[in-house]
Amino acid sequence: MLKKRIIPCLDIKDGRTVKGVNFTELRDAGDPVELAKRYVQEGADELVFLDITATVEKRKTLTELIERIAREINIPFTVGGGINSLEDAKAVINAGADKVSINSSAVKNPELITQIAQEFGNQCVVVAIDFKSDEGGDFVYVKGGSEKTNLKLLDWAKEVVLLGAGEILLTSMNHDGTKNGFSLEQVALLSSELSIPVIASGGAGKTEHFIELFQQTQASAGLAASIFHFEEITIGDLKQELSNHKIQVRCL
Amino acid sequence: MIAIIDYNAGNTTSVKNAIERLGFPAIVTNDPERIKRADKVIFPGVGEASTAMKFLKEKQLDKVITSLKQPVLGICLGQQLLCSFSEEGTTECLGIFPVNVKCFPATDLVPHIGWNNLQNMKSGLFEEIQITDDVYFVHSYYAELSDYTIATCDYILPYSAAMKKDNFYAVQFHPEKSATVGEQILRNFLVNTE
Repeated sequence: MLKKRIIPCLDIKDGRTVKGVNFTELRDAGDPVELAKRYVQEGADELVFLDITATVEKRKTLTELIERIAREINIPFTVGGGINSLEDAKAVINAGADKVSINSSAVKNPELITQIAQEFGNQCVVVAIDFKSDEGGDFVYVKGGSEKTNLKLLDWAKEVVLLGAGEILLTSMNHDGTKNGFSLEQVALLSSELSIPVIASGGAGKTEHFIELFQQTQASAGLAASIFHFEEITIGDLKQELSNHKIQVRCL
Repeated sequence: MIAIIDYNAGNTTSVKNAIERLGFPAIVTNDPERIKRADKVIFPGVGEASTAMKFLKEKQLDKVITSLKQPVLGICLGQQLLCSFSEEGTTECLGIFPVNVKCFPATDLVPHIGWNNLQNMKSGLFEEIQITDDVYFVHSYYAELSDYTIATCDYILPYSAAMKKDNFYAVQFHPEKSATVGEQILRNFLVNTE
């Protein structure tokens, strides 16, 4: 039986893990490799590293970090943030990442999805979609959620599948940071409509949110950052509880 | 020395890292002489079958691989290329295993991505591995069940998660990405096979 995946996300700035507190203050949270190792030991199924380094010169730091992660981590990991070209994707994958995640750059240049898929296979391309719901419907946002596009969520999701995406990482901006649960309605819609796995992100605050995610939608995975960072939930306890609710997960 | 065959098909670094974490020396190479001299050979792969076969033929690695006498482990695309034919790109493969590689019917999500458990394990390759242990899969094509199957996985349908014929071993999953379970399987290949 294919297992539901639990994926911690680590935000990286200048080669260090950072933790956002109330969205404004970024606090240094140490060496990403050490935190990643802790997650692996707790039973994380994959890891996502999101680089929020702003400057181009610092990208070399990221490549070196990916090489270290690849040497020390024995589960798959995805790297996202600032991947704007096939060259950027190559650098990240050649350094040892299993997959790249692209977001704004895919909206700006949809062909990039196809280029990366043709070079490395569909399974290497995770398209991250940030969306916000308003009275007009569910709209895709770019540039870290700061810019609204006129793309409708479901239309864009279907298009990225056709372009060659291997997975979709779906983040609801209405839910992100609220700790009130995932956007079940949209996750359910996309995970039933699409032929590729959907990773749900945004809103996880407690164990029950993951239970309802997997009971009420066909999401393949749930992703969260802060609740794991601050050890509000350990991955081991979460998986035990999911297993108690007859949700198939990988237990150590 | 463990030789990891380099043929422009992905994850050689990941495999090298995994072997080195287990404390074995490994080289990534496409030099036929170094491959022939290695104690064990790993034939990894992520990518598309016809492109990979074309590259192997160009480098004449197809003949090198099929003539190897030491233990060989094909991983993922490596397993599929050791079969006789793949539906991916309608590709004639290396033919070690007289088995066809087919595309999953789209009755569930394809590719098969994530952790799934092995069943019907019968080989020293799986020493100390339990039926409840999960390994990491990423693939859209699968090798059919055959007399050479030494482990099965059930996704959409039962298929060969691992195969063995003489000195050739092959696994569809990624042991190098399958946490401690994968490390045990790699260690079994490095220690238990002759």
